[in-house]
Formats: sequence, C-alpha cells, structure tokens
Amino acid sequence: MDKHQTALSVEDLHKRFGNVEVLKGISLTASKGDVISILGSSGSGKSTLLRCINFLEMPDRGKIIVGGEEILMETNKKGVNRPKDIKQIERIRTKLAMVFQQFNLWSHMTILENVIEAPVHVLKIPKAKALERAKYYLDKVGIGEKLSAYPAQLSGGQQQRAAIARALAVEPDVMLFDEPTSALDPELVGEVLQVIRNLAREGRTMIVVTHEMGFAKDVSTRVIFLHNGLIEEDGAPAMVFGNPKSDRFREFIAVAE
Amino acid sequence: MDFSIISDNIGIYFIGLKNTLILVSSSLFIGLIFAVPLAVLRTSKNIIISGPIRAYVYFFRGTPLLVQMFLIYYGMGQFESVKTSFLWTFFKEPYFCALFAFMLNTCAYTVEIIRGAIENTPHGEVEAAKAAGMSLYLRFTRIILPSSFRRALPTYGNEIIFMLHASSLASVITIIDITGAARIINSRYYSPYEAYLTAGAFYLTITFILVWLLKKLEYRWLAHLRRE
Repeated sequence: MDKHQTALSVEDLHKRFGNVEVLKGISLTASKGDVISILGSSGSGKSTLLRCINFLEMPDRGKIIVGGEEILMETNKKGVNRPKDIKQIERIRTKLAMVFQQFNLWSHMTILENVIEAPVHVLKIPKAKALERAKYYLDKVGIGEKLSAYPAQLSGGQQQRAAIARALAVEPDVMLFDEPTSALDPELVGEVLQVIRNLAREGRTMIVVTHEMGFAKDVSTRVIFLHNGLIEEDGAPAMVFGNPKSDRFREFIAVAE
Repeated sequence: MDFSIISDNIGIYFIGLKNTLILVSSSLFIGLIFAVPLAVLRTSKNIIISGPIRAYVYFFRGTPLLVQMFLIYYGMGQFESVKTSFLWTFFKEPYFCALFAFMLNTCAYTVEIIRGAIENTPHGEVEAAKAAGMSLYLRFTRIILPSSFRRALPTYGNEIIFMLHASSLASVITIIDITGAARIINSRYYSPYEAYLTAGAFYLTITFILVWLLKKLEYRWLAHLRRE
C-alpha cells in the first residue's frame, strides 16, 4: 500500500487494566478518506482502542503510526510501556482531534474561546486567523450565533456540535469520535449525526466508535466489530451487514434491531 | 456612654485602619502568590514533593494563629544564632513578625483551597486538553488553574474575611491596628464599650465592602455557571 495514502495504522495493540486484558492484539489501517465505524457491545474494548490511538490510555504493546510517523515507545524500569518523548505525543495529538461522549468543552470558556484555544496556544496560529477559522467551523456545524455563550448555557446537541467545531479547528488528519451521540437525548441525536455525516461526505478521515447502526451502515466506508478485545468482523458495510461471518456479530445486529 | 472620646481620638483609629489594611492585604497577597505553585506541587503523586507541603499545611492549619505568632515573635529571640545574624533586623520588629505569621497561615489555608479546586477540575476537561496536544504547562495555565480559581473564589472570599478578623491578634504584640487603637483608647479612658464598639464598626464596614467586591467579582468570574 502507498505509504502516502495511509493516515493511521495500528499494529498488534495490547492493553490490560489490572488482570483484564481489554485489547488482545488489534491491527487496523485507515487510508485517507476512510470513515471507519467501530461497533461492539460495552466492554468489547472499542473506546479503549480509540483512547489508545491518541495515548489517553498507554498501550502495553503494539505500534501506532500516524501519517507515516511511528510513535516511539520505551519500557521503563518497572516494565511499563510508555512514550519515549512526550513532545512527540503532544505533536501527534494535534493531528488526531478527538470528540468525546461527554463533549468535554472547557466550561470556563465561551464557545468561541473553546474553538480558538488549541489553534492559538498549541498550534500558535495568529489570533485573527484562528478567529476567522473558528467562525467558519462554528457556522459549518450550525451554531455560529452561539459564539459568546458558555457551554452550560447550550443543549447537549449544541455542545457536541461545538466540540466538533473545536476538533475541526485544528484541521486534523484524522478525527476520532468516542460515542459522540451516546450522552444525548434521543431528539438531539439527529442534529449531531447530520454534522458527522456531512464531514464524512467531505472525505475526512474518521474513526467513529458508535452504537448508531444506521450511521455505520450508511456513512462508513468500513465497519469493524470488536468482541472481547479482538476484531471479529472487518469490511465494507454492505458486506459486513449483508453477510456477517461471525455469529456474535449476527447476534449483535439482531439485538440492535 | 460618651462617644465624644471616640470623635476626639478618631485619628488613632485611622492609624489602626491603615495598619490593618496593610497587614491583611500584604499577607493575603504574598500568601496567595506562594500558595498557587505550592498547591500545584501538592497535587503531585511524588511524596518527596507533596509530603513537605502537606506537613507545612498540616502544622499551620493545626495550630492557632496566636501560637504561631508567639513562636515567631517571642520564640525567635531565644536563638542566639538568629539574634546575631542579619535576620534579627526583621524578627525584632513586631510588624514583620505579625506579617510573617499571617502570611504563613493564610498561605497554608489557601494551598488547601486551591488544591481542592484543582482536584475538582472535571476530568473530561483535562482529557480534552491532553487530546488537543496541550503540554502539562499549558494544561495548568490555560485550563486547570483558570477553572480552579473560579471554583475557589467563594471559599477564598471567606479566607479573606477570616484573615481580616484574625489580624486583630496583631494588637497583642504591640501593633496599633484597629483593635490596637481600641486597646489604647480603653486603657486611656477606661471605656471598653465605646472603644471596642468603634473597632467593631470599622471591621463591619470593611467586611461590608469586601463582600460587595467579592459579589461583583463572582458575578463576572462565575458567568459560565449561570444559565440564561
């Protein structure tokens, strides 16, 4: 495969919490423009996988390569795997914007301040340019008129859209979504999914951990089903949903529908 | 009751007011300056870093301010090494000793107030800061501390008022603060009621102004908690 087209690859990722091995060797490659939906029941390790990709959890073993750059790890005296250079992690993280289940907007800042924060202070983009960019993305997610509101003054759907604008503002290579609609009231799920759908159509590279089967089926270019820390199913949505190889995935779809 | 003795001697109360305000504001200011980095270090998981700060806070919150002031004002003179060194130019002054004791005391309380606020920073907001590629320094200066200061403000307001009232202890070591002024008037005319009631009125007025200022500050700083 052409290295240039690979946005992200994960090789043989392992992670355990105490005695529980949550990820038992996961490998996946995302090409530019891929929209990968990761499905799985709770405890399958799907959120942990996403959190390992940007090192919010430290993987115990395995490689992560972002835009052709491998993240260097070392084993310390206690035998714990950890990054060799935290500066590399910080730099890589700016290429992997994350959208969280609980939005996690910075509550003491207005929506506009939230969106310009990383561009101005991490990427050191001039403030005028960051403001212009922030307004563009806030308009894009449909909350351009809420610039000076604080997160607590917005609905969950609006907060999540603001969080998506915050992620877009760093113009990342890959966007990571960690169950972006799971904390929302049912009537607010649609507006957030619509925004994510539009981003997928623009050809952005995205990895979406989700429970939304409709989204996985219609929007993603690829579906991955995790079970007990391993990939059980992996392929184009039509193929995976049309002709599932694994019994567990068949059960999973049956329960979901 | 004869309040004419107060109006005849109001000048001494204003000297006292000036001393109280200087003592309280400078000890609060210096205490706060030191408390912020200490509170950050206090949250360290490394016991070598957090341990000494913990011990300091424990001592100064665990003993009365008056005892601390006596230890510094009377206690220091007991050591020849202190008396013969340059330190004595400071520790022989009651004003310095009071300021030093107040500063150490308020700093200890403030460390705890800020530490509590830091530890209550929503975990998700810190993760979002990490995920955005912020360094530890940026996470503290841009996210954790600004959000903690806001949370700490109401509690810190209490600390300010507590410190104002506790500063009356300075009068015990010959300082003419507001209470010191009242002691002088009382001993001169033997009219404790007039003397201390006037002192009380001064404290009440300062407290009133402080509460008003704090309310204004909270309105501005805690805007993000209001839903409108």
